[in-house]
Amino acid sequence: MTGVVGGLVYVLLALGLTLIFGLMRVVNFAHGAFYMLGAYTAVVIVSLTGNFWLALIMVPVVVGLGGLGVERGLIRPLYARSDYDSLLLTFGLSFVIVELVKLGFGKLGQPFSAPPALSDTLAIGSIYFPKYLAFMGLAAIVAVVALWLFLQRTDLGLTIRAGTQDSIMVRALGVDFDRTRATVFALGIALAGLAGVLNAPFAGVNPDMGLQILIFAFVTVVVGGLGSYWGAVAGGLLIGVVYSLTSLLFPQLAQVAVFSLMALVLLARPAGLLGRTA
Amino acid sequence: MANTAHAVPAPRLEVDTRWIRIRQRPVATLAIVLGVLILVVPEKTLATQLLVFGLFAMSFNMLLGYAGLLSFGHSTFFGLGAYGTALVLKWWHPHVLAAMAAGLVLASATALVIGWFCLRRRRVYFSMLTLAFNQMVYFILFQARDITGGDDGLRGIPLPDFDIPFIGSIPIEGIHNPLSFYYFVLIVVVACLLAIERILISPFGRALEAIRESEERARACGYNSNRILLLAFVFAGLFAGVAGALYALFFGFIGLETLSWVTAGVVVMMAILGGVGTLVGPFVGAAIYLVLQDYVSKYTDSWQLYAGAIFVVCVLFFPQGVWGSLTGLLQSRWVRNRG
Repeated sequence: MTGVVGGLVYVLLALGLTLIFGLMRVVNFAHGAFYMLGAYTAVVIVSLTGNFWLALIMVPVVVGLGGLGVERGLIRPLYARSDYDSLLLTFGLSFVIVELVKLGFGKLGQPFSAPPALSDTLAIGSIYFPKYLAFMGLAAIVAVVALWLFLQRTDLGLTIRAGTQDSIMVRALGVDFDRTRATVFALGIALAGLAGVLNAPFAGVNPDMGLQILIFAFVTVVVGGLGSYWGAVAGGLLIGVVYSLTSLLFPQLAQVAVFSLMALVLLARPAGLLGRTA
Repeated sequence: MANTAHAVPAPRLEVDTRWIRIRQRPVATLAIVLGVLILVVPEKTLATQLLVFGLFAMSFNMLLGYAGLLSFGHSTFFGLGAYGTALVLKWWHPHVLAAMAAGLVLASATALVIGWFCLRRRRVYFSMLTLAFNQMVYFILFQARDITGGDDGLRGIPLPDFDIPFIGSIPIEGIHNPLSFYYFVLIVVVACLLAIERILISPFGRALEAIRESEERARACGYNSNRILLLAFVFAGLFAGVAGALYALFFGFIGLETLSWVTAGVVVMMAILGGVGTLVGPFVGAAIYLVLQDYVSKYTDSWQLYAGAIFVVCVLFFPQGVWGSLTGLLQSRWVRNRG
């Protein structure tokens, strides 16, 4: 159960990565940094207002706007260049973000706890389960389903799906593609921010929290198949469960088990579980 | 009319041919420059680091600059070269070169396995995979505390004198003999660079560049691109392993961060800063990075902030890197002067 909820955090991050990559061909190495930024924004909002729920709503907006700025200022000039350039740029950017946060808040972690309403445990039969964990899982599921509906049912979602398949054609049909790309980048970053604030009471807040999870998000995307929505969901859940089960049984091997899983998937299905071969 | 066409000013032409000659023998020129420069540079340790990381960046450049593969886990092989050399020295006290050979065998054998997996995908997928496998090796060494010392690092690596049969032995321990250790490193690095140069101008190297330009076309020409890229990956791992071995000998201590993603990122930055696809660029990049780091770290803790910012600017405005932009400028001037 903990594994499933932990996996849902990977799902949120991997969906953002997949969405951004699908439309923009940008592998966002700063995704983990934005996840961390989400948690820190939540720390700031809670310390100012004392309201966790406000933070939960505000963080994706604030971090998403930050993403919008990054897309406008830094990534847009690189669309015409090789796919490596935007990857390298976001890699450098992640250093800058992490170091700025270290300068502002110190290298050590920040205290952040679940809101009082969710701080006790839930008893299902004889199994005790933290209420916050249940809430976290529920919120992540809501986000995943909402994003799916958004992509399937709205006009903008249609444009995004079309642009993922053939961006030149979409542009030829008169869509303001620059705006679509900016929106998608902001959306993906907002998801990372949301994952950051959701996971903060559970996993703690520190400047380096984005790194480990970024690599797991990459593994998720590789396992699920980059560009596949339900692939990212399945990959994230699978990795979450494998990680928490091995942590329980053989704590030393948890990390290695996840990477071995990735190696296995690569052997059997190089394009990922639900990915299409190019 | 015919006479005026030949009336090119002689001195300028001479300068230009010298420039071409330097460009044709970059390794020899670099070796002479580095060999003489050390006599006037006060910071011998920084200069030695430059050689080690220059070679490391060069091995990375074989992948990015010549094969078109962006590896985000190149520190894996640097670290394994270091650990392999250090452990063999600690256990058996063999000749320095034998220990180094053990380190680079470990590095290149691992490169063969990891490369085989990672090369199932290309471009950015490959980058993500190299990063993931780097983490995997990192955690294996982290857990193997009894052998590697885990996150405490591997301490007390003995560095014996360099024995030359029938002649004698030269002390190369770095703290007491910075200059002789520097020349030892220089000889190893130059030998590696000559080997790399030889590899890259061979038909194999040309095939590599053909794959970089268009893998589909190279395959259509009958090249087994998977095998060629894998061989390039192993070569790159091997030379990174040599750099790692030198690193271990230099510091007498290996921290686990040697093969972390941070070191992998540093080598990416060095190579891109200097300019990939040339033999000299990565050295220039390593030099800029290390000198700036040395300088900036005196004033602030946040060196990585500056490194990241410089790197972002470089990617945005100088994708050819410092050396690439510089030679590009000189070349265009040369063309203009001739024309």
